[in-house]
Amino acid sequence: MILDSKSPIGPLAEKWTKHKFNSKLVNPANKRKYEVIVVGTGLAGASAAASLAELGYKVKAFCFQDSPRRAHSIAAQGGINAAKNYQNDGDSVYRLFYDTIKGGDYRSRESNVYRLAEVSVNIIDQCVAQGVPFAREYGGLLANRSFGGAQVSRTFYARGQTGQQLLLGAYSALSRQVANGKVKLYPRTEMMDVVTIDGHARGIVTRNLITGAIETHAAHAVLLCTGGYGNVFFLSTNAMGSNVTAAWRAHKKGAYFANPCYTQIHPTCIPVSGDHQSKLTLMSESLRNDGRVWVPSTKEMAEKLRKGEIKPKDIKEEERDYYLERKYPSFGNLVPRDVASRNAKDVCDEGKGVNETGEAVFLDFRDAINRDSEDAIRARYGNLFDMYQQITGENPYQTPMKIYPAVHYTMGGLWVDYNLSTTVPGLYSLGEANFSDHGANRLGASALMQGLADGYFVVPYTIGDYLAQIGPAPVDANHPEFAKAEKGVKDAIQKLLSINGTKTVDHFHKALGHIMWNYCGMARDAEGLTKAKGMIQELRKEFWRDVKVLGANEELNQTLEKASRVADFLELGELMVDDALNRNESCGGHFRTESQTPEGEALRDDENFAYVAAWKFMAENSPEELHKEPLVFENVKLTQRSYK
Amino acid sequence: MKLTLKIWRQKNASDKGGFVTYPIDGISADMSFLEMMDVLNEELAIKGQDPVHFDHDCREGICGMCSLYINGHPHGPKQTTTCQLHMRSFSDGDTITIEPWRAKAFPVVKDLVVDRGAFDRIIQAGGYVNVNTGGVPDANEIPIPKRVADEAFDSATCIGCGACVAACKNASAMLFTSAKISQLAMLPQGQVERMSRAENMVAQMDEEGFGACTNTGACEAECPKGISLTNIARMNREYFSASLKSENV
Repeated sequence: MILDSKSPIGPLAEKWTKHKFNSKLVNPANKRKYEVIVVGTGLAGASAAASLAELGYKVKAFCFQDSPRRAHSIAAQGGINAAKNYQNDGDSVYRLFYDTIKGGDYRSRESNVYRLAEVSVNIIDQCVAQGVPFAREYGGLLANRSFGGAQVSRTFYARGQTGQQLLLGAYSALSRQVANGKVKLYPRTEMMDVVTIDGHARGIVTRNLITGAIETHAAHAVLLCTGGYGNVFFLSTNAMGSNVTAAWRAHKKGAYFANPCYTQIHPTCIPVSGDHQSKLTLMSESLRNDGRVWVPSTKEMAEKLRKGEIKPKDIKEEERDYYLERKYPSFGNLVPRDVASRNAKDVCDEGKGVNETGEAVFLDFRDAINRDSEDAIRARYGNLFDMYQQITGENPYQTPMKIYPAVHYTMGGLWVDYNLSTTVPGLYSLGEANFSDHGANRLGASALMQGLADGYFVVPYTIGDYLAQIGPAPVDANHPEFAKAEKGVKDAIQKLLSINGTKTVDHFHKALGHIMWNYCGMARDAEGLTKAKGMIQELRKEFWRDVKVLGANEELNQTLEKASRVADFLELGELMVDDALNRNESCGGHFRTESQTPEGEALRDDENFAYVAAWKFMAENSPEELHKEPLVFENVKLTQRSYK
Repeated sequence: MKLTLKIWRQKNASDKGGFVTYPIDGISADMSFLEMMDVLNEELAIKGQDPVHFDHDCREGICGMCSLYINGHPHGPKQTTTCQLHMRSFSDGDTITIEPWRAKAFPVVKDLVVDRGAFDRIIQAGGYVNVNTGGVPDANEIPIPKRVADEAFDSATCIGCGACVAACKNASAMLFTSAKISQLAMLPQGQVERMSRAENMVAQMDEEGFGACTNTGACEAECPKGISLTNIARMNREYFSASLKSENV
């Protein structure tokens, strides 16, 4: 199959306008005859469900949490980018587009990224109209902060809780449509499969997490807004429930999975403290605006620090290595995430890590507090500092924070075209669940932007074109494909419950996480990846032979939920390794040790790898087939990324 | 650390339920409370016993999903969410009693999991500004004094966990409802529907079976996000002026 991105031809700045004009429309009176299923109620899902319902479509919205307001978008801290140029500092749609393409290390699609930058300005207007309490200046206008990978201040924020405020905005819009009877909400309901009829997505199979009831839902189109798959690493900053199941099952029904190896390891997380740890906590990247990253300049001193013989304040200024400021004088502590993470790993690998495990660096606010006062820093980051103190028991106003990179976001996801349609017609993917806008590395404050862009301003236009073409005739809910998919789901659940082995689900999840982190984490090489592939295959076999899933299907059964998700992670893990092995270049968050510049920076191979790797599922336990979407750059020149 | 856990076990909504005691050992002070629960559940699973079900998701104190009533306090002894409570708040040898939120409007689903759908329905009754996507003014055309924006933000930080209801002897949802009413009443965007919003949200709150407010302030004292009682005062004012001017006669 040739992957057609459906990117409109013509000048970059006119593509979206022209495309909207050329898209077919559904007559307002006909819209109510169409049913649309939205899976996931985070920024992408809630905004899409609300916007589609406002247009008049009949929407069903599903989430596994007890309320749509709890989707993991809520945890995003730092902010949302928009090319408003309110600060008069040289920002523009083109600059946001350019920064995003460059930040993504030239592995994203120009047309999609430009559109993202274009609609970013509408998002802020929309959120403000909903009553989202963004930070403001004394004159009453909106405030901005700067963020990694950019030299302008274009990030809008609501203290350190921007994701929460944006999600509650989208949730309020969704709630309004529920009240209007336009959206039917299904909380505590998990999507278990996509139903396809004649190659088109025509519905889903769900499991009611309270009663265990397996049900089918028919619709004219299905939107997967189900987030990323960072939990394949077991330890990540994702919520405990975040999973790949919806996307993965869609993948097995024909949706290609793109760039699965592109994982973002966020530089500013609270370091791991022990084996019992269940998740990692991110500290917003915005901290790097005022915090300075450093380690002791010698191994000996770091060792004393680790043993508790000296304290950070005992280390003199000239004995500190502010390595980001030293290596990247123009961006300093604000280099993109992948660069910051890799450098933290490098200094720790050199033996300069500052906590007991040797895997931490300092993020120091001493100078900012001396410059701006403790109160000023508290006003900016108070909640983050409190959170840090609660988790670690240390006061970051008095002693530097300790941070280390952790898995945070996955740039890969379901392949989508310009319309956000997957390779299965009628099946769309929005937000982190798709692969589209961030290339090999996402810039800070761009995830919120993409989720809301897709949901509020892209899919409401593009879906009409598809729906107008298929017509409003109701989908036959009695089609045998529904019964078949339902049976498949029930059989898989029974299989999990009948193994009755000796090891818990978490045992397998942790084991998988170790493999992924060690061999498919911040640095990857062919030897390690090949080894990891075999290990994952073995682990998967063992899972299906020896996992212990207690209880029954017909009840609230959190072990069963987890087992079903981990089963999918065990398959996805192998595809990530395959993809990382195939991509014999370094780009963004994907660092192959075989491919680096003399200074140790990621070295791309544009001649051989300027493409999107889209994988097609063939059969259980069989290699997937690689399809390539060439990336054509008509507007930007590919250069070696430099933040020096 | 060695602890004794007294945990509420209840098979489903119709089961009567009761406390079961579990001894647990090898708990470190750095663990979060929920990680301690994970350790217990791993032990139970290996023994072939049904793990204790509890709600949790983000584990960074913002999603509002976790909801354990610990030693007589929602989210335990500190003013934080359960997931941000660490075992260093307890001592070796402690007995810890763990219950679900208890309120008529929050029926128990299983063990420590409750149904908080009532909160969603209160928001659906009016916790929004009636604007469609698109066609809104430029963001900077609605200037908002910083003080007002900050105060609205303070109200908007509610995470909808329900600790206020669990803490209240009347199981009142006034703090939750008032936080949303306040946020929108303070902002210019919320003015148009200010009256009807207060009326409808309060009516829904009553319909759900939440109790009345008797100003004991337990909700504020236990709220992990520090939502202030001022919100309730503001809601009472909003509701009172709304009923004077009400068009629902």
